[in-house]
Amino acid sequence: MQQKTNSTPQSNKKRLGDILLGYAFLAPALVLLVVFEFYPLFLGLYISMCNWRTSCRAFIGAENYIRAFTDPEMWHSLLVTATYSLVSVPVQLGLGLVVAYLLFQKIKGMEWFRMMFFMPYITTTVATAAIWAYLFSPDKGPINKLLGVFGIPGQRWLGETRGIFDLMLSGLGISLPEGLGGPNLALVSLIIYTTWVFVGYDVVIFLAGLVNIPKELYDAAKVDGANGWNIFRHITLPLLSPTTFFLTLITVIGTFKAFNHIYVMTQGGPGNATTTASIFIFQQLVTYNRYGYSAAISFIVFIIILLLTILQNKVAGERVVYE
Amino acid sequence: MNNPRAQLPARLDVGRILIYAVLILGALISVIPFLYMLLTSLKTYGSVVVDNFWPWPPFGTEAFQWSNYPLAIETIGMDKNWHIPLFFRYLMNSVIMSGVIVVGTVVTSILAAYTFAYIDIPGKNFFFILVLATLMIPNDLTLVPKVVMVYNFKWYNTYQALTLPFLVSVFGIFLMRQFFMQIPRDLYDAARIDGASHLRYLASVVVPISQPAVMTVALLNFIWSLDNFRWPLLVTRDENMRVLAVGLQQFWVGDGSTQTQLLMAFASMIVVPVLIFYFFTQKNFTEGIAKTGIKG
Repeated sequence: MQQKTNSTPQSNKKRLGDILLGYAFLAPALVLLVVFEFYPLFLGLYISMCNWRTSCRAFIGAENYIRAFTDPEMWHSLLVTATYSLVSVPVQLGLGLVVAYLLFQKIKGMEWFRMMFFMPYITTTVATAAIWAYLFSPDKGPINKLLGVFGIPGQRWLGETRGIFDLMLSGLGISLPEGLGGPNLALVSLIIYTTWVFVGYDVVIFLAGLVNIPKELYDAAKVDGANGWNIFRHITLPLLSPTTFFLTLITVIGTFKAFNHIYVMTQGGPGNATTTASIFIFQQLVTYNRYGYSAAISFIVFIIILLLTILQNKVAGERVVYE
Repeated sequence: MNNPRAQLPARLDVGRILIYAVLILGALISVIPFLYMLLTSLKTYGSVVVDNFWPWPPFGTEAFQWSNYPLAIETIGMDKNWHIPLFFRYLMNSVIMSGVIVVGTVVTSILAAYTFAYIDIPGKNFFFILVLATLMIPNDLTLVPKVVMVYNFKWYNTYQALTLPFLVSVFGIFLMRQFFMQIPRDLYDAARIDGASHLRYLASVVVPISQPAVMTVALLNFIWSLDNFRWPLLVTRDENMRVLAVGLQQFWVGDGSTQTQLLMAFASMIVVPVLIFYFFTQKNFTEGIAKTGIKG
């Protein structure tokens, strides 16, 4: 930025004072970021190369990483995370888009609806997870009772390791070969909860995106005789793609980070049916005190997220329409 | 209504009714778990076990069990040092943690954002990129080293551990900076020509004008910090250092695992104040989220 400076000694002194003030203003934020973000990044990398017991007992280089790559439990946790992500991202965003689009149709009480959809996002995770764990309770749980009204047999929900396709079809007397049972019901129950929490958030973001689409485009399409679906398909969807892209990105990252509700609802169980990478890392740290190993897996997961983000940017980036 | 032309709007109405039906269903799904929590918190143990939806008049004979609330507080336990129910310690710890985090993030955000918006310092771009870069560092990646740091700093089981790592918010810095840059430059020039110092301009012009942004940063950080669970679980040990989220989880795996009505009473005591708070401030939340799109 160019500024007119008359270089009298006084204005120079004032300028120096401003610079010092600027640094002083930046200092708290920068010091905190360096201490609690950048330093831990390098410390974590160091810990991941150590046999760590309160300090680095032995520098073992890549050993923790090699161990992780040959640990079937680690791969299993990545698979669970990927499944969790692949199922919940489209469900969440799909529902969020539908609700946002409906709310966008000049709905009376729009703000009330938006407020109610947003309630689950705003409330404390552990508390809402406790409610849902109760709703999901097996035997005479509230959801099972509701299903009973429609003649659907009660499920074990968070305690069920069988796949959902397997469960659906076994009711019809069809048994599926192993591996085709679909994601287990415990994981799906967690996804139902996550969807309940985040749809409201997605709605708010989608609504913000919808508002930005120029109204003239809709009017022009209507004049040309386009019907509702065509307008949605050829105007709304393409012009909303930056929002969708952005939401997909942060939702994918969010599913990789998901921890609180999984930990309190299933602890990664039954068995390891819902042990996502974040739960696995936590278990290695807390249950087994494996600091180095835990740190190493954190880095592996981070690299995977990074690669996915880059990939998503490449694949979707070309299809995103910017006005 | 005999006019045949009236049929067109009538047909459209069916579509609109359908839209409302879907939205109302969605709203019910959003709200019913909360209602279920409240209803369950007022039932007897017996009614919960058989999942009697409405054990009160006119369908049942029970009275609303308001006593579940004091009973839940009693069952959670007592703080042995202060001789007060632990619940109030949890509450106090949560308020301290969230309060310090909110004040801290607001102050650090305003100061940093002011520099980024108004003061020319050497290396400004570098610092801005540095701040941006921290968005790339996920919390999970730095979890293990941060726990190690807490041990090394002798912060284990202290308020320092609960608050200090969260006193800066990149989201806050961005939002404030964006807001500051929308303030007409003329105001700044006029104030500077009049000889106002940066500090004076910040305090008497920038902060008052930016109140909506300050509110948004404060509210969102309040809600997010209240949601902290894994970190307090990792860095506190004593019962009297627990925050509400950890206290609730510990109760859930303990006495609350069978006494669902007490667990729901405990959950209500956390959720209801948050929801009431949200009703009065909801504009700030949704607008803040929509503007920045940052997920907690």
